[in-house]
Amino acid sequence: MGDLLRPYRAVLASRIRAQRAYRTSFRADLFGTALVGLTEMAEVIVLFSAANGTLGGLDLMQALLVFGLAELAFSNADMMFGHVDSLAQQVRAGTVDVLYLRPQPLLAQLVTSDISLRRLGRTALAVVVLIWALAANDIDWGPRAVALLALALVCGFAIFCANFVAAGGLQFFLLNAEQVTNAFVYGGRHASTQPATVWVRGITVIFGFVFPMAFCAYLPAMLLLGEPGADWLPAWLGWFAPVAALWAWILALLAWRAGVRHYQGGGG
Amino acid sequence: MSRTTPETAGPGTARPRATARVPADGRTPSSDTIVEVRGLSRDFRVRDGLKVRRLTAVDDMSWSIAAGEAVGYIGANGAGKSTTIKMLAGILVPTAGEVLTCGLRPVKDRKKLARRIGVVFGQRSQLWWDLPVRESFGILAAIHSLSRAQERTRTDELVETLDMGDYLGTPVRQLSLGQRMRAEVAAALLHRPELLVLDEPTIGLDVLSKQRLREFLVRERAEHGTTLLLTTHDMGDVERLCDRILVVDHGRLAYDGSLDGLGRTVGAERVLIVDLAEPRAELAVPDARHLRSEGGGLRQHLAFDPATTTAARVLAAVSEQADVLDLTIAEPAIEDVVRRIYERATTSSS
Repeated sequence: MGDLLRPYRAVLASRIRAQRAYRTSFRADLFGTALVGLTEMAEVIVLFSAANGTLGGLDLMQALLVFGLAELAFSNADMMFGHVDSLAQQVRAGTVDVLYLRPQPLLAQLVTSDISLRRLGRTALAVVVLIWALAANDIDWGPRAVALLALALVCGFAIFCANFVAAGGLQFFLLNAEQVTNAFVYGGRHASTQPATVWVRGITVIFGFVFPMAFCAYLPAMLLLGEPGADWLPAWLGWFAPVAALWAWILALLAWRAGVRHYQGGGG
Repeated sequence: MSRTTPETAGPGTARPRATARVPADGRTPSSDTIVEVRGLSRDFRVRDGLKVRRLTAVDDMSWSIAAGEAVGYIGANGAGKSTTIKMLAGILVPTAGEVLTCGLRPVKDRKKLARRIGVVFGQRSQLWWDLPVRESFGILAAIHSLSRAQERTRTDELVETLDMGDYLGTPVRQLSLGQRMRAEVAAALLHRPELLVLDEPTIGLDVLSKQRLREFLVRERAEHGTTLLLTTHDMGDVERLCDRILVVDHGRLAYDGSLDGLGRTVGAERVLIVDLAEPRAELAVPDARHLRSEGGGLRQHLAFDPATTTAARVLAAVSEQADVLDLTIAEPAIEDVVRRIYERATTSSS
């Protein structure tokens, strides 16, 4: 097992060393990503104060719990899988061809080809917001709450990662249309931080079931808070977050496989 | 695949090789065949406004390469060279026909094949631009699961023979092109592949860097029996490295044979241009043809076939007759050679 992972460890270790080599710029990057997270959070706060403190049946602190869960899962996924989303650039630069010359699976190589440690700035902010929201809300602490929290973070991470992989797969086709994949990668991230009660039907179908963003944060948070959830998305669905993650990965791997076949020209 | 595959595709191509390498009856090749291509074709769909055109990059090619050969794969831009190489390496799926590289099906057995071939794309790097050369080698050793001992012996050997000692600690982005190409070649050879494919390895290199790289490749082949397949636009590469040439034109094989054969059939001659101290009548030199004189005989152009003589011998013969002040050697352009082969093929078939 250790030997099997040696290639990936070697590449990742070198990426980490390279990023730490430029300390000043690394610190600036950390600060920059934290600032992005802060802006996202400000948006939620501004929205709720404009709506007199409640929106979609949630108050501000409840909404910040949804935000914190989603933000933490997303920033981790972005750190480890975010570069898969820039596959189109790599295809244009020809660096994908180089991966074909190495005896490891293509996707595994691509995922481990980089790690964006600067995203830790955003992760740190997400941790702070999440702890604040967990403390401020009325949560019945016990094994159930801890399990829900772990479930949300793990499945949320898996779902966001799947979105990046799906985006990568589609970019084999859409070499000049990264915006198309941004729609569900970043649109999905944004949707996952919102109370699903404000969604219109179409959005509920897309981000509730096709790209299961509601399972990243909203549904588990409703279970934690003892809230009923939304139409078509009752809180108990939150327990099915692993199923949603599995579904997201099936879609992602299908998109990836179709993309690779398209790239190699073997029909897809 | 029941169709018989002649050694050279296309009508009226230059002389076929004395020994047929592809068994025409479709037998499985002997174990010393390292690349086997049968009826290989590859189309691309090109979007032209709203219409989709099919463009044939590789068109029904059949040839094979025996272990230990050094083969130059030449042709104009867009002739289908890179497409063929990508199919050999498992990056592209053929539209029709078959490829076997090291006895493996490249796309299906890509991971196994990656351990047995090395590929240098002149334009895209295998190295990590922000890491010192030494670290890139370390990562590639891990990728190919070399043990520490194997890694050390092989790296030391390559560093010495490619003369990379001075810049092992330099980040790749700070290397000169010549230094980087040597590092790329070393990176492709680290896992001791049986087949080394080089796509335009000397493009953009200065004369000295080209020379060093060629010398190394000759040595690597002699010492390890590594099979070489290289695409190039440089006749010098072909002359100094290859004992066999495949010429492709519009995706078809136009010539398969030796360099001297190519020189004879299409006149791939080099030209020695000498500036003399005094005007002279047309020089008569054995094994060279006088092409023309300029300045009343002050500058003379002498064409010679590199397969029968050398620039040094022609120059020595000239020096016996006149004082040479300066000289240049003009290499035949690959494009000219290919064009002439193509013209021969089309005229003889009509």
